[in-house]
Amino acid sequence: MAEVLVLVDHVDGALRKTTTELLTIARRLGEPSAVFIGSGFDAAKEGLAAYGAEKVYRIDADLSGFLVVPQAEALAAVAAQASPAAVLVASSPEGKEIAARLAVKLGSGLITDAVDVQSDGAGGVSTTQTVFAGSYTVKATVTKGTPVIAVKPNSAAPEAVAGAAAEVTVPFEPSALAQSAKIVSAKPKEKTGRPELTEAAIVVSGGRGTGGDFSKVEAFADSLGAAVGASRAAVDAGWYPHSHQVGQTGKQVSPQLYVACGISGAIQHRAGMQTSKTIVAVNKDEEAPIFELVDFGVVGDLFAVLPQATDAVAAAKA
Amino acid sequence: MNIVVCVKYVPDAQAERTFNASDSTTDRVNVDGLLSELDEYAVEEALKIVEAGEGEVTVLTIGPDEASDAIKKALQMGADKGVHVIDDAIHGSDALATSLLLAKAIEKIGVPDLIVTGMSSTDGIMGVVPTMLAERLGLPAVTFASELTVGSGTVSARRDGDVASQTIEAALPALVSVTDQINEPRYPSFKGIMAAKKKAVETWTLADLGVSADEVGLDAAWTKVTSFEARPPRAKGTIVKDEGDGGAKLAGFLAERKFI
Ligand SMILES: Cc1cc2nc3c(=O)[nH]c(=O)nc-3n(C[C@H](O)[C@H](O)[C@H](O)COP(=O)(O)OP(=O)(O)OC[C@H]3O[C@@H](n4cnc5c(N)ncnc54)[C@H](O)[C@@H]3O)c2cc1C
Ligand SMILES: Cc1cc2nc3c(=O)[nH]c(=O)nc-3n(C[C@H](O)[C@H](O)[C@H](O)COP(=O)(O)OP(=O)(O)OC[C@H]3O[C@@H](n4cnc5c(N)ncnc54)[C@H](O)[C@@H]3O)c2cc1C
Repeated sequence: MAEVLVLVDHVDGALRKTTTELLTIARRLGEPSAVFIGSGFDAAKEGLAAYGAEKVYRIDADLSGFLVVPQAEALAAVAAQASPAAVLVASSPEGKEIAARLAVKLGSGLITDAVDVQSDGAGGVSTTQTVFAGSYTVKATVTKGTPVIAVKPNSAAPEAVAGAAAEVTVPFEPSALAQSAKIVSAKPKEKTGRPELTEAAIVVSGGRGTGGDFSKVEAFADSLGAAVGASRAAVDAGWYPHSHQVGQTGKQVSPQLYVACGISGAIQHRAGMQTSKTIVAVNKDEEAPIFELVDFGVVGDLFAVLPQATDAVAAAKA
Repeated sequence: MNIVVCVKYVPDAQAERTFNASDSTTDRVNVDGLLSELDEYAVEEALKIVEAGEGEVTVLTIGPDEASDAIKKALQMGADKGVHVIDDAIHGSDALATSLLLAKAIEKIGVPDLIVTGMSSTDGIMGVVPTMLAERLGLPAVTFASELTVGSGTVSARRDGDVASQTIEAALPALVSVTDQINEPRYPSFKGIMAAKKKAVETWTLADLGVSADEVGLDAAWTKVTSFEARPPRAKGTIVKDEGDGGAKLAGFLAERKFI
């Protein structure tokens, strides 16, 4: 069976959930091989084996000071050696850039933002994308080269299956071009202790309707163990960091539950949350377009509704 | 400093966007289109850089007839000249083909000091064409810039990531993609609108770029749409008015759906 390469998405060896999702998808297409780049290999190896990686390509180079070019070169080197049936990466901004460069290097077709990937039964892949702010479902396939597919988080339920995780060390030297764009300084963001927005099972977001006071949104999010998101209006007003923006120019999220509080539901906001499984809104305007999307909506003042809901959730959990 | 800005003509997101039934490509003719809003930030940033120093801003687009509107808007904002790559054989091109054509066109224009693009289009929203273009031209790429400083021979940008806000540096010539956080795009002034009428726009075909028709377009695409389907509208949900019990009802719904 042909190998399917999965680029491991990790932070110093701590696997992101997307990696286990990609390994699960890879198993539908062939034999999963993980490609691990960077430091923390020993911490990651066990997790990769637990989700079915038969092989693990290991590239130890420290590439942390550079953007994605070296990673794309390393992945291309592995692809040249493995002749895989497909290459899967996470559809994050960074993952998409790696995929873009890889596709050009391999002369291969690229599909991004896939929400499902299946074998087409003829040795190729069939992908599903949700496009035009969630109004169409598109199925597509790669017709030239090795399919390179960027898969959105939450597109598969990770299945634990033991894999051999046989280690293959790949020697790698980044090119001069790969080192041409450098990260000269980095200011770490404050940690919130909440789940990562794109991976969270529940997201509670606040908009202009918060009037700048996110405390009720945060308290409700915490009662549910949720991540906190924001509309662009809230971000532009300086009420919440841009890294929490949900929408076309922010994060695209697809959680089990999305709760929009004081958000009208503009098309650009929908583009980032419309594929959520269950959608709930609290808005004092019953005409707000967000109500067209919801499974459950409360027409009311979020400053009254959210605290009551927070207490009720706490009581139910106690 | 000479700058090329890549701009895309896209169907208006406020309109009913759809596909051509015959070949599953995006309908770019029967749906009102415009300069992709996110490319306005790229045009604005290029204009600011040139206005603070010297040089010329050339806008480049690949697209059907109507795409000349995207160039026109950029010229009205203040760009100096336009290049429109147009050829029936381009219809149905995917990201790899688009980046190939952009690379060929930029080589013909002459690789400038800086290439500026949007962070993604508002229709395909792949966010990959800038990176592919840099890869094809062998240039350093600084993507998702939320602040840009151009020095002599270098470009430096702030990029806001999930875990850190980074400062990134690259030597010129380079490609930069900009986010919607970087500036506030200007509206064309009356003077700008009048001046745009006299600005030069060249139209190039595949032959002008030395690309043959079988390298691009629908049949040559590296990817193929096999089907598209309008998603059923979401079933209408339950909407309650808060009469002092809205929060409790909300929690009740969450319990019923097993979220708590
Ligand atoms: C190129 C481009 C990209 C964009 N990208 C994004 C993006 O990524 N993400 C994004 O979100 N937007 C994006 N936008 C902006 C988008 O068009 C909207 O302007 C934005 O989403 C509005 O945010 P909002 O819903 O918070 O504000 P508003 O539209 O002002 O809505 C506020 C809502 O809060 C309600 N409200 C007020 N007070 C209360 C209260 N006390 N209790 C309950 N409800 C209350 C009001 O009834 C109203 O419905 C983009 C726009 C452009 C042009
Ligand atoms: C819903 C949808 C899904 C698609 N999915 C895929 C897919 O999975 N794989 C695939 O290969 N193709 C796909 N396509 C086709 C693809 O969108 C187009 O081929 C397009 O040329 C490149 O992608 P983009 O619009 O997403 O551009 P992005 O990569 O988002 O564009 C970013 C920037 O590149 C520049 N740019 C992009 N296009 C042009 C242009 N024509 N002229 C000048 N500058 C430009 C602009 O500066 C723009 O801001 C899809 C199209 C649609 C409408």
